Amino acid sequence: MPPDIEAIAEQVFVALADPSRRAILAALAAGGPATATDLAARLPITRQAIAKHLGLLAEAGLVMAEPGERRRVRYRLRSAPMQVAQQFLAALARNWDDKLDALREHLNN
Amino acid sequence: MGFPDRIERTVEIAHPPAKVWAALTTADGLSSWFGNEASIDLRPGGSAQMTFGSEHTARMRVERVEEPAVFGFTWHIYGLPENDPRRTYVEFTLEPTGDGTRLTVVESGFAQLSADAFREAYDGNTKGWASELGELVDYLNAA
Repeated sequence: MPPDIEAIAEQVFVALADPSRRAILAALAAGGPATATDLAARLPITRQAIAKHLGLLAEAGLVMAEPGERRRVRYRLRSAPMQVAQQFLAALARNWDDKLDALREHLNN
Repeated sequence: MGFPDRIERTVEIAHPPAKVWAALTTADGLSSWFGNEASIDLRPGGSAQMTFGSEHTARMRVERVEEPAVFGFTWHIYGLPENDPRRTYVEFTLEPTGDGTRLTVVESGFAQLSADAFREAYDGNTKGWASELGELVDYLNAA
């Protein structure tokens, strides 16, 4: 496995481990691209803290800064790193143990 | 982090391979233990489908059919978007053991993505919904 794939997944999990960053990512996923000011109006987090988190998230490639209206920077969620993390979770979410128990039970009846 | 690329389980079943084979490879069998409803075209390249409740449908492509020893299919990685090309490969191996069967299931390919494919997905996905919504606007404007 190329090491950068694991690094990408790790950045997603690190980002999600913090409640403020989780709230910011959730807001971008639910409502689409937004400025730090938009997010501060919607979330119980100061604008300064939001700007700091957005900087970290942008550096990790989880959000992308883009020009918005009135020369304001908007942030957009990048889905690709989330999909990389999802493929790691998929192995944990697959439940063969229960399925094989169900198969045995079916054959015994 | 060490997430697995493959999952492997072996179980001993007190029924002969022919009976286990039917449970794995027929619509009646699959709908009894795996999904709620199932359909299957049992040949390499054939398609199979299973529903789980009313929410989720799994579409499979049959890859290996070696009755009554090996049955393999690929399916979509759960949780990824429908159009994501990545699929995991599931292979059941049946070995006779006295009166019973040793059944092994291996699902592999969870960590299949190469760095190149990742970059491609990464670049391709940055447009995502914005471009799809843009296409919708173009379509509505043209109508």
